[in-house]
Amino acid sequence: MPKIGVLAVQGDFLEHRQALERIGVDVSEVRLPAQLDGLDGLIIPGGESTTIVQLLDIYGFRDILKEKASNGLAIWGTCAGMIVIANKLTDKRPDPIKLMDIEVSRNAFGRQVDSFEQDLDVTGMEGDPFHAVFIRAPVVTHMGKDVEAIAKLTDGRPVAVQQGHLLATSFHPELTEDTRFHEYFVRIATRGSD
Amino acid sequence: MIVNLERRRYNARESYSGIEAAVQAGKVYQSLKGKLHGGTDMAVDIQAETGTWKVKVGLAQMLKGGVIMDVVTADQAKIAEDAGACAVMALERVPSDIRKDGGVARMSDPTKIEEIINAVTIPVMAKARIGHFVESQVLQALGVDYIDESEVLTPADENNHIWKHDFKVPFVCGCRDLGEALRRIGEGAAMIRTKGEAGTGNIVEAVRHARTVMDEIRRIKGMSQDELMSTARDLKAPFELIKEIHQTGKLPVVNFAAGGIATPADAALMMQLGVDGVFVGSGIFKSDNPALMANAIVKATTHYQDPGIIADVSRGLGAAMRGLEVATMDAKDRLASRGW
Repeated sequence: MPKIGVLAVQGDFLEHRQALERIGVDVSEVRLPAQLDGLDGLIIPGGESTTIVQLLDIYGFRDILKEKASNGLAIWGTCAGMIVIANKLTDKRPDPIKLMDIEVSRNAFGRQVDSFEQDLDVTGMEGDPFHAVFIRAPVVTHMGKDVEAIAKLTDGRPVAVQQGHLLATSFHPELTEDTRFHEYFVRIATRGSD
Repeated sequence: MIVNLERRRYNARESYSGIEAAVQAGKVYQSLKGKLHGGTDMAVDIQAETGTWKVKVGLAQMLKGGVIMDVVTADQAKIAEDAGACAVMALERVPSDIRKDGGVARMSDPTKIEEIINAVTIPVMAKARIGHFVESQVLQALGVDYIDESEVLTPADENNHIWKHDFKVPFVCGCRDLGEALRRIGEGAAMIRTKGEAGTGNIVEAVRHARTVMDEIRRIKGMSQDELMSTARDLKAPFELIKEIHQTGKLPVVNFAAGGIATPADAALMMQLGVDGVFVGSGIFKSDNPALMANAIVKATTHYQDPGIIADVSRGLGAAMRGLEVATMDAKDRLASRGW
């Protein structure tokens, strides 16, 4: 069983923790870089990307995360987490950590009154469509050749993307009872720890 | 069929008020009815829905572990964002100035709010007077991300709060105890904060209110079922929400601390007491060095369990805002008693 950390500097890290615990995964909270040691996977939760990036930089996460990601640490960013791990933003701020070959537009759907819920078909996911909660959500505007869109909106914009052991979702699986995305990420992290 | 679909979307973890909100808004029913009449089944993509209870509560969940800072101008909003605020609260005057100047405190000028919205990319909250649903309609039209129906402003209605379920934009409301928190949630508040005593720089009331709420939750969790109705009566709280707390042992929405936080240690104190995040009002822009103080409070809120980090960030900040003694304050000067 892989060991998964949840970045706990700001945002809804508790909801991710609870989702992982529901599927019986060993989970720890990460507030300082030393707490990344021994992890097979890291979830960067929803929250405010400007706040999260700043707290990552203050405590020296940037280079360590890059190194660990290139050495196979599985990383999943949800919403703000997608922004944090993107190579490029359409916005001037924040300065993302640049782990995944995607360009992301922040607040792509507008302000809070435009936040929404919608069912999505996800490539390779069995059963009902995944009920996705989008809150001031970002969207992927460009992706590199190694990146696969595993869920798209009806207008074709990618909202869940994967690049090997890196995963990013515009929406918040941790806000629902459906643990299929968490199980999927745990499988990615397990492959890395073999 | 409709019932099943609703249950699927508003599952066990959802609160009573959320289901009520959704059903009253008629959105779930309407969208599903359309689909059913179209002869489709559950597997079909349900249309995107905005303004749901889940997205209202969800934004507050994203703010957790963060610091929401009071700002009066776009420049202050930028300082707050650069210092790591997870959201800003737009208001006409910070609470300590409202206290000093007196007069009627109202919603901020729409131009100021728009300037703040345009200056930052983090969520922008704004304050409306208690019961002033038109100020709230205006704030929603301006595109603010959260409305604080706040005792810091002069109340517009001394009996009723706003019926917040009618709005697409979510609301945060203050409380001194669990009954007040649950009345606000019953009216549709998607986030709660302690009232504390705003504009004093004195943490004592925020501690009192947070401890009171937590203590009442623990007490209800340990009760037998036959005590719940009389508890609802005593707390003047909706019975369904008392039942929910009995089952879950927690509030159905996010709970922040507010009212009197002036230092990094104050913020960490409230976090250790069990709140989800903090609002800092006058404490930032009435301190000697707002940018430094703001950033220190952000760091202390994340690392609230690490006294070494709190010590480091507390060094060399200059003077915190000048505080006020609450114990000797006249009852008429206490903002926390506004709200019913």
